Amino acid sequence: MALWTPDPTFYPSPRDAASAPAERLAYVAAFDRQASRPDAIAVLDTDPGSPAYGEVVGWTDLPYTGDELHHFGWNACSSALCPYAPHPHVERRYLVVPGLRSSRLYILDTKDRVSPEIVKVIEPEQFARSGYSRPHTVHCGPEGLYVSALGGADGEEGPGGIAVLDHTSFEVLGRWEVDRGPQYLAYDFWWHINHDVLVTSEWGTPSMIEDGVVGELLLGRKYGHRLHFWDLRKRRHLQEVDLGDQYQMPLELRPAHDPTRTYGFVGVVTSVEDLSASVWTWFHEDGRWQVRKVIDIPAEPADPSVLPDVLKPFGAVPPLVTDIDLSVDDQRLYVSCWGTGEIKQYDVSDPFKPIELGSLRIGGIVGNTPHPALAAPLRGGPQMVEVSRDGKRVYVSNSLYGAWDDQFYPEGVGAWLARIDADSFTFDERFFPNGDAFRGLRPHQVRLQGGDASSDSYCYP
Amino acid sequence: MTLLTAALLGAFHGLNPAMGWLFAVARGLQERDRSVVLASLPAIAAGHLGSVAVVALAVTLTGSLVTATVLSILGGTALVAFGLWRLLSTRHFRWVGMRLSLPQLAAWSFLMSSAHGAGLMLIPLFTGLQAEGRALPGGLELAVLHTLAMFTVAGVIAVVVYQVAGLAVLRRAWFDVDRLWAVALVVAGGLTLAQA
Repeated sequence: MALWTPDPTFYPSPRDAASAPAERLAYVAAFDRQASRPDAIAVLDTDPGSPAYGEVVGWTDLPYTGDELHHFGWNACSSALCPYAPHPHVERRYLVVPGLRSSRLYILDTKDRVSPEIVKVIEPEQFARSGYSRPHTVHCGPEGLYVSALGGADGEEGPGGIAVLDHTSFEVLGRWEVDRGPQYLAYDFWWHINHDVLVTSEWGTPSMIEDGVVGELLLGRKYGHRLHFWDLRKRRHLQEVDLGDQYQMPLELRPAHDPTRTYGFVGVVTSVEDLSASVWTWFHEDGRWQVRKVIDIPAEPADPSVLPDVLKPFGAVPPLVTDIDLSVDDQRLYVSCWGTGEIKQYDVSDPFKPIELGSLRIGGIVGNTPHPALAAPLRGGPQMVEVSRDGKRVYVSNSLYGAWDDQFYPEGVGAWLARIDADSFTFDERFFPNGDAFRGLRPHQVRLQGGDASSDSYCYP
Repeated sequence: MTLLTAALLGAFHGLNPAMGWLFAVARGLQERDRSVVLASLPAIAAGHLGSVAVVALAVTLTGSLVTATVLSILGGTALVAFGLWRLLSTRHFRWVGMRLSLPQLAAWSFLMSSAHGAGLMLIPLFTGLQAEGRALPGGLELAVLHTLAMFTVAGVIAVVVYQVAGLAVLRRAWFDVDRLWAVALVVAGGLTLAQA
């Protein structure tokens, strides 16, 4: 049922969103690597005043196995306030949860309940009507729900692209692109909504990722290394920007939340020249889109005997920047180094000159650094990172993607999720759900109740 | 009475954020320039006027072919049907894109007003004029008056929000006026039919 006044979680501007109340719940995608048990959405209590603070308080098993939940999103967000087609009397209520491996999508209702309830299942055959498979990122946008997808439908490797789902019925409306130009590989996408520009990044096709990273392809520089800029209104490819083929896998895209600005950040997993990771700023200048490397994180030398097979020939641990997140006020950038087990905090008030403010170690291929709340070596590293709307809390989970977890953490990646106080940049010792709390599943993306730093677009500065 | 009603309906449209003032403010904020707000408003009003004038023309043309009673029945039915559709449908107006030229903004406003049924509410007034035998000039005068009221209210709100109030007010103050409007369309249509 529609509301009479706008959904209270919608904010006209990023400035307004920063005053949002603290989240009381966090939703976490958790998957079973063996695909023998159903994946689940775990719900964490994030209210420090609650007796169950830091515990899993809700749990929704999915009806199938082998989905491999990865990323997910909301049915509606602050973009419903945008002036050209305002409809703010809808509710932010449903989670749109894609299975990256199964190509199945679930719609979960979160209203007035702790454990979400499945209200609709979109089968892979229905999703295939878009021409795509392996759905990944979900954003609520002008024409409906946009879902990026890595593979083609009907067994085709590609191209990957974006499918559009109806806002309310969640029916698959079709492929988004009218003219895709040279784009073939897909991964993440987001937009500069007030400039009618959409940005996409590149990972690989299903066969390039589903059985782990393929060494020959990586050293052959065959994974993605480009960004694509699109006309959001006309659905046409505008420009391709190549980072250089040594920079393999530009993944997560974090455009400035301030809608008057035209820059954003993208993390690059690794350079095949020296195993370093990097963060780049894209920007619009002289009438074209450009990129500049602004953060370089070197690999750390290590004794090959303690390295997994995939890294033994290199004698070093790559940082593997697999996720980044930009605070809603565009002042802080968080960078997870899943290989070295480090999360870094940068001041990005000047997007071309990030200043490192802090770093925390946890997990890591060699370090196995423990969390202050638990004196035990940890595997996995900070991976998915999410920032609260007020910028005060940061959540990190430790699993990347099933087959890749197994390669880089062959003894098992474990399961944990930590919360960091952004101002002091220290771990919250009271918040560390881990191990059996996730019932044998691996936690991936976290979404915060009411929205977070990577869920909403704003049309007003 | 007819004039006052037309003006009040215009003021109501001016009040509705979805009908244009919000777009004007957004364009101004985007460029950080109040003159962009002010330049946007006439284009939005022009689109609105077009949408209302089309209904005035349609009533006049239809009225020249049928009797006053038939015209009222047709008009009333159209109102009720459109109102019910707006009330029951979950579809909302879709327009993809923020960077518009002023003519495109006028086109946006025309479509938004039409999708909203802005001119339909004036059908009872137009049919009344038809009965008095001064349909077209009277109808267009009403449309202009209606739009002036809309333009004035939207302009005042846009400037106040841009300069002083800020948009956070939207979060609480934005009642779903579109739904109220749909109910009003149905009621107006019902009254027209009852009087036919």
